[in-house]
Amino acid sequence: MMKSLLIILMTSVLVNNYVLSRFLGICPFLGVSKKLNQAVGMGTAVIFVMLLSTAVTWPIHTFILAKYDLEYMKTIVFILVIASLVQLVEIILKKYIPALHAALGIYLPLITTNCAVLGVTLNNINDSYNFIESMVNSFGVGLGFLLAMVLFAGVRSRLENANPPEAFKGLPITLVSASIVALSFTGFTGVVGGLFA
Amino acid sequence: MSKLQNFLKGIIKENPVLVLVLGTCPTLAITSSVGNALGMGVAATVVLLCSNMVISALRKVIPDKVRIPCYIVLIAGFVTMVEMLMHAFAPDLYEALGIFLSLIVVNCIILGRAEMYASKNNVIDSAIDALGMGVGFTLALFIMSTIREILGSGSWLGFEIPWLSDNPIAIFRLAPGGFFVFGCLIAIVNKATHGKGVKKKDFGCEGCPSAAVCGKRASCKKTEEVEEK
Repeated sequence: MMKSLLIILMTSVLVNNYVLSRFLGICPFLGVSKKLNQAVGMGTAVIFVMLLSTAVTWPIHTFILAKYDLEYMKTIVFILVIASLVQLVEIILKKYIPALHAALGIYLPLITTNCAVLGVTLNNINDSYNFIESMVNSFGVGLGFLLAMVLFAGVRSRLENANPPEAFKGLPITLVSASIVALSFTGFTGVVGGLFA
Repeated sequence: MSKLQNFLKGIIKENPVLVLVLGTCPTLAITSSVGNALGMGVAATVVLLCSNMVISALRKVIPDKVRIPCYIVLIAGFVTMVEMLMHAFAPDLYEALGIFLSLIVVNCIILGRAEMYASKNNVIDSAIDALGMGVGFTLALFIMSTIREILGSGSWLGFEIPWLSDNPIAIFRLAPGGFFVFGCLIAIVNKATHGKGVKKKDFGCEGCPSAAVCGKRASCKKTEEVEEK
Protein backbone atom coordinates (compact mmCIF):
# COMPACT_ATOMS: atom_id res chain seq x y z
CA MET A 1 0.00 0.00 0.00
CA MET A 2 2.69 2.46 1.09
CA LYS A 3 4.82 1.30 -1.78
CA SER A 4 2.20 1.90 -4.44
CA LEU A 5 1.50 5.37 -3.00
CA LEU A 6 5.21 6.18 -3.09
CA ILE A 7 5.41 5.03 -6.68
CA ILE A 8 2.50 7.30 -7.60
CA LEU A 9 4.12 10.21 -5.79
CA MET A 10 7.56 9.79 -7.35
CA THR A 11 6.11 9.20 -10.81
CA SER A 12 4.04 12.35 -10.72
CA VAL A 13 6.89 14.49 -9.35
CA LEU A 14 9.73 13.32 -11.57
CA VAL A 15 8.75 11.12 -14.49
CA ASN A 16 5.39 12.55 -15.51
CA ASN A 17 6.19 16.09 -14.46
CA TYR A 18 3.12 17.99 -15.63
CA VAL A 19 4.96 21.02 -16.87
CA LEU A 20 8.05 19.51 -18.40
CA SER A 21 6.82 16.27 -19.86
CA ARG A 22 3.04 16.49 -20.14
CA PHE A 23 2.68 20.15 -21.09
CA LEU A 24 0.05 21.20 -18.59
CA GLY A 25 0.22 24.58 -16.88
CA ILE A 26 2.68 26.11 -19.33
CA CYS A 27 1.25 29.64 -19.05
CA PRO A 28 2.07 30.17 -15.35
CA PHE A 29 5.31 28.27 -15.86
CA LEU A 30 6.45 30.80 -18.45
CA GLY A 31 4.73 33.77 -16.87
CA VAL A 32 5.42 33.62 -13.15
CA SER A 33 8.83 31.94 -13.12
CA LYS A 34 10.76 35.17 -13.43
CA LYS A 35 11.49 35.64 -9.75
CA LEU A 36 12.21 32.90 -7.26
CA ASN A 37 9.82 34.13 -4.55
CA GLN A 38 6.97 34.44 -7.06
CA ALA A 39 7.70 30.96 -8.35
CA VAL A 40 7.55 29.54 -4.83
CA GLY A 41 4.32 31.42 -4.06
CA MET A 42 2.65 30.22 -7.23
CA GLY A 43 3.86 26.65 -6.72
CA THR A 44 2.56 26.53 -3.16
CA ALA A 45 -0.78 27.98 -4.20
CA VAL A 46 -1.05 25.35 -6.94
CA ILE A 47 -0.36 22.48 -4.51
CA PHE A 48 -3.01 23.90 -2.17
CA VAL A 49 -5.66 24.29 -4.88
CA MET A 50 -4.90 20.91 -6.44
CA LEU A 51 -5.35 19.10 -3.13
CA LEU A 52 -8.51 21.03 -2.39
CA SER A 53 -10.11 20.52 -5.79
CA THR A 54 -9.27 16.82 -5.80
CA ALA A 55 -10.79 16.46 -2.34
CA VAL A 56 -14.01 17.96 -3.71
CA THR A 57 -14.20 16.68 -7.29
CA TRP A 58 -13.38 13.04 -6.54
CA PRO A 59 -16.39 12.52 -4.23
CA ILE A 60 -18.63 14.48 -6.61
CA HIS A 61 -17.60 12.24 -9.47
CA THR A 62 -17.82 8.99 -7.55
CA PHE A 63 -20.97 9.56 -5.56
CA ILE A 64 -23.01 11.75 -7.89
CA LEU A 65 -21.88 11.67 -11.51
CA ALA A 66 -20.86 8.01 -11.76
CA LYS A 67 -23.85 6.86 -9.74
CA TYR A 68 -26.42 8.56 -11.94
CA ASP A 69 -24.63 7.94 -15.23
CA LEU A 70 -23.79 11.59 -15.77
CA GLU A 71 -20.10 11.12 -16.45
CA TYR A 72 -20.22 13.16 -19.64
CA MET A 73 -20.96 16.18 -17.45
CA LYS A 74 -17.63 15.99 -15.67
CA THR A 75 -15.85 18.73 -17.64
CA ILE A 76 -18.60 21.27 -16.94
CA VAL A 77 -19.06 20.27 -13.32
CA PHE A 78 -15.35 20.18 -12.51
CA ILE A 79 -14.50 23.57 -13.99
CA LEU A 80 -17.44 25.18 -12.20
CA VAL A 81 -16.61 23.51 -8.91
CA ILE A 82 -12.96 24.50 -9.14
CA ALA A 83 -13.76 28.08 -10.11
CA SER A 84 -16.25 28.61 -7.33
CA LEU A 85 -14.08 26.77 -4.81
CA VAL A 86 -11.12 29.02 -5.53
CA GLN A 87 -13.30 32.10 -5.11
CA LEU A 88 -14.67 30.76 -1.84
CA VAL A 89 -11.22 29.92 -0.50
CA GLU A 90 -10.02 33.38 -1.40
CA ILE A 91 -12.85 34.99 0.56
CA ILE A 92 -12.32 32.72 3.58
CA LEU A 93 -8.57 33.26 3.61
CA LYS A 94 -9.02 37.01 3.35
CA LYS A 95 -11.33 37.03 6.34
CA TYR A 96 -9.71 34.52 8.67
CA ILE A 97 -6.09 33.94 7.69
CA PRO A 98 -4.91 37.24 6.24
CA ALA A 99 -1.23 36.26 6.40
CA LEU A 100 -1.78 33.28 4.10
CA HIS A 101 -3.98 35.39 1.86
CA ALA A 102 -1.22 37.96 1.54
CA ALA A 103 1.18 35.22 0.47
CA LEU A 104 -1.04 33.22 -1.90
CA GLY A 105 -3.96 35.55 -2.62
CA ILE A 106 -2.80 37.10 -5.85
CA TYR A 107 -2.13 33.71 -7.39
CA LEU A 108 -5.52 32.21 -6.63
CA PRO A 109 -7.65 33.82 -9.39
CA LEU A 110 -5.06 32.84 -11.96
CA ILE A 111 -5.22 29.23 -10.90
CA THR A 112 -8.86 28.91 -11.93
CA THR A 113 -7.87 28.91 -15.57
CA ASN A 114 -4.73 26.87 -15.03
CA CYS A 115 -5.15 23.75 -17.09
CA ALA A 116 -2.93 21.74 -14.73
CA VAL A 117 -5.58 21.91 -11.99
CA LEU A 118 -8.47 20.79 -14.19
CA GLY A 119 -6.06 18.33 -15.79
CA VAL A 120 -5.09 16.64 -12.55
CA THR A 121 -8.68 16.21 -11.40
CA LEU A 122 -9.65 14.70 -14.76
CA ASN A 123 -6.57 12.48 -14.86
CA ASN A 124 -7.33 11.13 -11.38
CA ILE A 125 -10.70 9.99 -12.69
CA ASN A 126 -9.32 8.63 -15.98
CA ASP A 127 -6.63 6.63 -14.19
CA SER A 128 -9.34 5.31 -11.81
CA TYR A 129 -7.40 6.10 -8.66
CA ASN A 130 -9.15 5.71 -5.32
CA PHE A 131 -9.50 8.69 -3.01
CA ILE A 132 -6.14 8.35 -1.22
CA GLU A 133 -4.27 7.65 -4.44
CA SER A 134 -5.91 10.68 -6.03
CA MET A 135 -4.84 12.92 -3.18
CA VAL A 136 -1.29 11.59 -3.30
CA ASN A 137 -1.19 12.03 -7.07
CA SER A 138 -2.45 15.61 -6.82
CA PHE A 139 0.12 16.40 -4.16
CA GLY A 140 2.86 14.89 -6.31
CA VAL A 141 1.77 16.81 -9.38
CA GLY A 142 1.71 20.04 -7.38
CA LEU A 143 5.14 19.28 -5.96
CA GLY A 144 6.45 18.57 -9.44
CA PHE A 145 5.02 21.89 -10.60
CA LEU A 146 6.75 23.70 -7.72
CA LEU A 147 10.01 21.90 -8.51
CA ALA A 148 9.85 22.86 -12.17
CA MET A 149 9.00 26.48 -11.33
CA VAL A 150 11.86 26.81 -8.85
CA LEU A 151 14.40 25.17 -11.15
CA PHE A 152 13.31 27.31 -14.05
CA ALA A 153 13.37 30.52 -11.99
CA GLY A 154 17.05 29.77 -11.38
CA VAL A 155 17.68 29.27 -15.07
CA ARG A 156 15.84 32.45 -15.99
CA SER A 157 17.76 34.61 -13.56
CA ARG A 158 20.89 33.66 -15.53
CA LEU A 159 19.10 34.34 -18.76
CA GLU A 160 18.60 37.98 -17.81
CA ASN A 161 22.30 38.61 -18.37
CA ALA A 162 22.55 36.61 -21.57
CA ASN A 163 22.69 38.27 -24.94
CA PRO A 164 20.73 36.18 -27.46
CA PRO A 165 20.12 37.22 -31.09
CA GLU A 166 17.53 39.99 -31.48
CA ALA A 167 14.73 37.72 -32.74
CA PHE A 168 15.24 35.29 -29.87
CA LYS A 169 14.88 37.93 -27.14
CA GLY A 170 12.12 37.40 -24.62
CA LEU A 171 9.88 34.40 -25.08
CA PRO A 172 11.78 32.37 -27.72
CA ILE A 173 14.97 32.07 -25.69
CA THR A 174 12.89 31.24 -22.61
CA LEU A 175 11.26 28.39 -24.52
CA VAL A 176 14.59 27.09 -25.79
CA SER A 177 15.98 27.04 -22.25
CA ALA A 178 12.78 25.35 -21.06
CA SER A 179 13.56 22.71 -23.66
CA ILE A 180 16.94 22.08 -22.05
CA VAL A 181 15.39 21.85 -18.57
CA ALA A 182 12.82 19.40 -19.99
CA LEU A 183 15.66 17.42 -21.53
CA SER A 184 17.20 16.95 -18.09
CA PHE A 185 13.87 15.64 -16.83
CA THR A 186 13.72 12.96 -19.52
CA GLY A 187 16.65 11.44 -17.62
CA PHE A 188 14.20 10.34 -14.92
CA THR A 189 12.40 7.96 -17.26
CA GLY A 190 12.47 4.52 -15.70
CA VAL A 191 14.00 5.71 -12.44
CA VAL A 192 10.92 4.99 -10.37
CA GLY A 193 10.54 1.43 -11.60
CA GLY A 194 14.18 0.80 -10.73
CA LEU A 195 13.88 2.35 -7.26
CA PHE A 196 11.03 0.14 -6.11
CA ALA A 197 11.83 -3.02 -8.04
CA MET B 1 -12.32 46.95 -40.81
CA SER B 2 -13.73 44.95 -43.68
CA LYS B 3 -14.97 41.41 -43.21
CA LEU B 4 -12.02 39.98 -45.10
CA GLN B 5 -9.52 41.87 -42.96
CA ASN B 6 -11.37 40.71 -39.88
CA PHE B 7 -10.96 37.13 -41.04
CA LEU B 8 -7.33 37.47 -42.09
CA LYS B 9 -6.10 39.17 -38.94
CA GLY B 10 -6.46 35.96 -36.95
CA ILE B 11 -4.38 34.05 -39.45
CA ILE B 12 -1.37 36.32 -39.78
CA LYS B 13 -1.26 39.59 -37.90
CA GLU B 14 -2.82 38.39 -34.66
CA ASN B 15 -2.10 34.69 -34.94
CA PRO B 16 -3.21 33.41 -31.53
CA VAL B 17 -0.34 30.97 -31.11
CA LEU B 18 2.67 32.48 -32.81
CA VAL B 19 2.07 36.18 -32.21
CA LEU B 20 -0.17 36.42 -29.15
CA VAL B 21 1.22 33.23 -27.55
CA LEU B 22 -2.10 31.96 -26.23
CA GLY B 23 -3.09 28.33 -25.84
CA THR B 24 0.46 27.11 -25.42
CA CYS B 25 -0.41 23.86 -23.64
CA PRO B 26 -2.22 22.11 -26.52
CA THR B 27 0.22 23.66 -28.97
CA LEU B 28 3.12 21.93 -27.30
CA ALA B 29 1.39 18.75 -26.30
CA ILE B 30 -0.41 17.41 -29.35
CA THR B 31 1.83 18.61 -32.16
CA SER B 32 3.94 15.46 -32.25
CA SER B 33 1.81 14.23 -35.15
CA VAL B 34 0.08 16.14 -37.93
CA GLY B 35 -3.16 14.17 -37.67
CA ASN B 36 -3.63 14.97 -33.99
CA ALA B 37 -2.77 18.61 -34.55
CA LEU B 38 -5.37 18.97 -37.29
CA GLY B 39 -7.97 17.22 -35.13
CA MET B 40 -7.24 19.53 -32.22
CA GLY B 41 -7.35 22.58 -34.48
CA VAL B 42 -10.72 21.63 -35.90
CA ALA B 43 -12.17 20.81 -32.47
CA ALA B 44 -10.99 24.12 -31.02
CA THR B 45 -12.27 26.03 -34.06
CA VAL B 46 -15.72 24.48 -33.73
CA VAL B 47 -15.89 25.34 -30.03
CA LEU B 48 -14.60 28.85 -30.71
CA LEU B 49 -17.12 29.45 -33.48
CA CYS B 50 -20.09 28.21 -31.45
CA SER B 51 -19.11 29.98 -28.24
CA ASN B 52 -18.31 33.27 -29.98
CA MET B 53 -21.66 33.27 -31.79
CA VAL B 54 -23.72 32.39 -28.73
CA ILE B 55 -21.88 34.80 -26.45
CA SER B 56 -22.24 37.57 -28.99
CA ALA B 57 -25.97 36.85 -29.32
CA LEU B 58 -26.36 36.91 -25.54
CA ARG B 59 -24.06 39.86 -24.91
CA LYS B 60 -26.91 42.13 -23.83
CA VAL B 61 -28.49 39.46 -21.61
CA ILE B 62 -25.47 38.32 -19.59
CA PRO B 63 -24.90 40.60 -16.58
CA ASP B 64 -21.46 42.15 -16.57
CA LYS B 65 -20.50 40.97 -13.10
CA VAL B 66 -20.94 37.25 -13.71
CA ARG B 67 -19.88 37.20 -17.34
CA ILE B 68 -16.75 35.05 -16.90
CA PRO B 69 -18.61 32.16 -15.17
CA CYS B 70 -21.32 32.40 -17.83
CA TYR B 71 -18.76 32.20 -20.62
CA ILE B 72 -17.05 29.24 -18.97
CA VAL B 73 -20.34 27.34 -18.68
CA LEU B 74 -21.19 28.01 -22.33
CA ILE B 75 -17.71 27.02 -23.50
CA ALA B 76 -17.71 23.89 -21.33
CA GLY B 77 -21.06 22.91 -22.81
CA PHE B 78 -19.73 23.16 -26.36
CA VAL B 79 -16.55 21.31 -25.42
CA THR B 80 -18.64 18.47 -24.02
CA MET B 81 -20.64 18.30 -27.25
CA VAL B 82 -17.49 18.18 -29.37
CA GLU B 83 -16.07 15.55 -27.05
CA MET B 84 -19.12 13.33 -27.40
CA LEU B 85 -19.27 13.77 -31.18
CA MET B 86 -15.61 12.91 -31.51
CA HIS B 87 -15.97 9.91 -29.22
CA ALA B 88 -18.74 8.63 -31.48
CA PHE B 89 -17.35 9.41 -34.94
CA ALA B 90 -13.56 9.57 -34.53
CA PRO B 91 -12.67 7.31 -31.61
CA ASP B 92 -8.98 7.05 -32.57
CA LEU B 93 -8.55 10.79 -32.52
CA TYR B 94 -10.51 10.96 -29.26
CA GLU B 95 -8.05 8.55 -27.65
CA ALA B 96 -5.03 10.36 -29.08
CA LEU B 97 -6.09 13.80 -27.89
CA GLY B 98 -7.12 12.43 -24.51
CA ILE B 99 -7.33 14.98 -21.77
CA PHE B 100 -6.42 17.89 -24.03
CA LEU B 101 -9.85 17.69 -25.62
CA SER B 102 -11.51 18.46 -22.28
CA LEU B 103 -8.92 21.11 -21.60
CA ILE B 104 -10.16 23.21 -24.53
CA VAL B 105 -12.37 24.68 -21.78
CA VAL B 106 -9.44 26.48 -20.19
CA ASN B 107 -7.78 27.39 -23.47
CA CYS B 108 -7.09 31.12 -23.22
CA ILE B 109 -7.80 31.68 -26.92
CA ILE B 110 -11.47 30.86 -26.53
CA LEU B 111 -12.13 32.77 -23.32
CA GLY B 112 -9.97 35.59 -24.61
CA ARG B 113 -11.96 35.97 -27.85
CA ALA B 114 -15.22 35.80 -25.92
CA GLU B 115 -14.11 38.57 -23.59
CA MET B 116 -12.33 40.75 -26.12
CA TYR B 117 -14.39 40.38 -29.25
CA ALA B 118 -17.69 38.54 -28.94
CA SER B 119 -18.88 40.53 -25.93
CA LYS B 120 -18.60 43.76 -27.93
CA ASN B 121 -19.51 42.85 -31.51
CA ASN B 122 -22.46 41.45 -33.44
CA VAL B 123 -23.00 37.81 -34.27
CA ILE B 124 -21.71 37.83 -37.86
CA ASP B 125 -18.52 39.70 -37.05
CA SER B 126 -17.92 37.43 -34.06
CA ALA B 127 -18.34 34.36 -36.23
CA ILE B 128 -15.84 35.70 -38.78
CA ASP B 129 -13.42 36.58 -36.00
CA ALA B 130 -13.78 33.09 -34.52
CA LEU B 131 -13.19 31.45 -37.91
CA GLY B 132 -10.08 33.53 -38.51
CA MET B 133 -8.66 32.79 -35.09
CA GLY B 134 -9.53 29.12 -35.41
CA VAL B 135 -7.86 28.84 -38.80
CA GLY B 136 -4.83 30.70 -37.42
CA PHE B 137 -4.63 28.28 -34.49
CA THR B 138 -4.97 25.27 -36.78
CA LEU B 139 -2.36 26.65 -39.16
CA ALA B 140 0.14 27.21 -36.34
CA LEU B 141 -0.46 23.69 -35.02
CA PHE B 142 -0.10 22.35 -38.55
CA ILE B 143 3.26 24.05 -39.15
CA MET B 144 4.62 22.97 -35.81
CA SER B 145 3.43 19.38 -36.11
CA THR B 146 4.82 19.15 -39.64
CA ILE B 147 8.29 20.04 -38.39
CA ARG B 148 8.04 17.75 -35.39
CA GLU B 149 6.59 14.76 -37.20
CA ILE B 150 9.00 14.91 -40.15
CA LEU B 151 12.06 15.24 -37.94
CA GLY B 152 10.83 13.19 -34.99
CA SER B 153 9.13 10.24 -36.67
CA GLY B 154 10.26 10.54 -40.29
CA SER B 155 6.71 10.62 -41.56
CA TRP B 156 4.06 13.14 -42.52
CA LEU B 157 0.39 12.51 -41.77
CA GLY B 158 1.33 8.85 -41.49
CA PHE B 159 3.15 8.62 -44.83
CA GLU B 160 6.74 7.51 -44.38
CA ILE B 161 9.49 9.64 -45.79
CA PRO B 162 12.18 7.41 -47.34
CA TRP B 163 15.44 8.24 -45.60
CA LEU B 164 14.18 10.05 -42.53
CA SER B 165 11.96 7.22 -41.32
CA ASP B 166 15.05 5.05 -40.83
CA ASN B 167 16.86 7.79 -38.95
CA PRO B 168 14.28 9.68 -36.89
CA ILE B 169 15.49 12.29 -34.40
CA ALA B 170 13.28 11.00 -31.59
CA ILE B 171 13.87 14.00 -29.35
CA PHE B 172 11.59 16.12 -31.54
CA ARG B 173 8.73 13.82 -30.65
CA LEU B 174 9.34 14.29 -26.94
CA ALA B 175 8.75 17.24 -24.63
CA PRO B 176 12.09 19.04 -25.12
CA GLY B 177 11.64 19.05 -28.89
CA GLY B 178 8.23 20.69 -28.45
CA PHE B 179 9.64 23.58 -26.45
CA PHE B 180 12.54 23.94 -28.87
CA VAL B 181 10.49 24.01 -32.07
CA PHE B 182 7.98 26.42 -30.52
CA GLY B 183 10.76 28.77 -29.40
CA CYS B 184 12.35 28.74 -32.85
CA LEU B 185 9.02 29.33 -34.61
CA ILE B 186 8.26 32.35 -32.44
CA ALA B 187 11.75 33.67 -33.14
CA ILE B 188 11.19 33.27 -36.89
CA VAL B 189 7.85 35.07 -36.64
CA ASN B 190 9.51 37.84 -34.62
CA LYS B 191 12.10 38.21 -37.31
CA ALA B 192 9.62 38.13 -40.19
CA THR B 193 7.01 40.47 -38.74
CA HIS B 194 9.56 42.80 -37.22
CA GLY B 195 7.55 45.89 -36.31
CA LYS B 196 4.53 44.69 -38.28
CA GLY B 197 3.02 42.12 -35.93
CA VAL B 198 0.50 43.31 -33.40
CA LYS B 199 2.03 44.63 -30.19
CA LYS B 200 1.00 42.76 -27.11
CA LYS B 201 0.02 46.02 -25.45
CA ASP B 202 -2.50 46.77 -28.23
CA PHE B 203 -3.99 43.37 -27.74
CA GLY B 204 -4.52 44.17 -24.08
CA CYS B 205 -4.11 41.90 -21.13
CA GLU B 206 -7.26 43.17 -19.46
CA GLY B 207 -9.30 40.76 -21.52
CA CYS B 208 -7.64 37.79 -19.93
CA PRO B 209 -9.19 36.67 -16.65
CA SER B 210 -5.77 35.81 -15.32
CA ALA B 211 -4.28 39.17 -16.15
CA ALA B 212 -3.29 39.92 -12.55
CA VAL B 213 -0.20 37.77 -12.38
CA CYS B 214 -0.16 36.05 -15.70
CA GLY B 215 3.21 37.47 -16.65
CA LYS B 216 1.96 38.28 -20.11
CA ARG B 217 1.75 41.75 -18.70
CA ALA B 218 5.39 41.50 -17.73
CA SER B 219 6.26 40.32 -21.22
CA CYS B 220 4.11 43.17 -22.60
CA LYS B 221 6.29 45.60 -20.73
CA LYS B 222 9.33 43.83 -21.98
CA THR B 223 8.29 44.09 -25.62
CA GLU B 224 7.48 47.75 -25.06
CA GLU B 225 10.96 48.30 -23.70
CA VAL B 226 12.47 46.49 -26.66
CA GLU B 227 10.38 48.60 -29.03
CA GLU B 228 11.49 51.78 -27.36
CA LYS B 229 15.11 50.86 -27.72
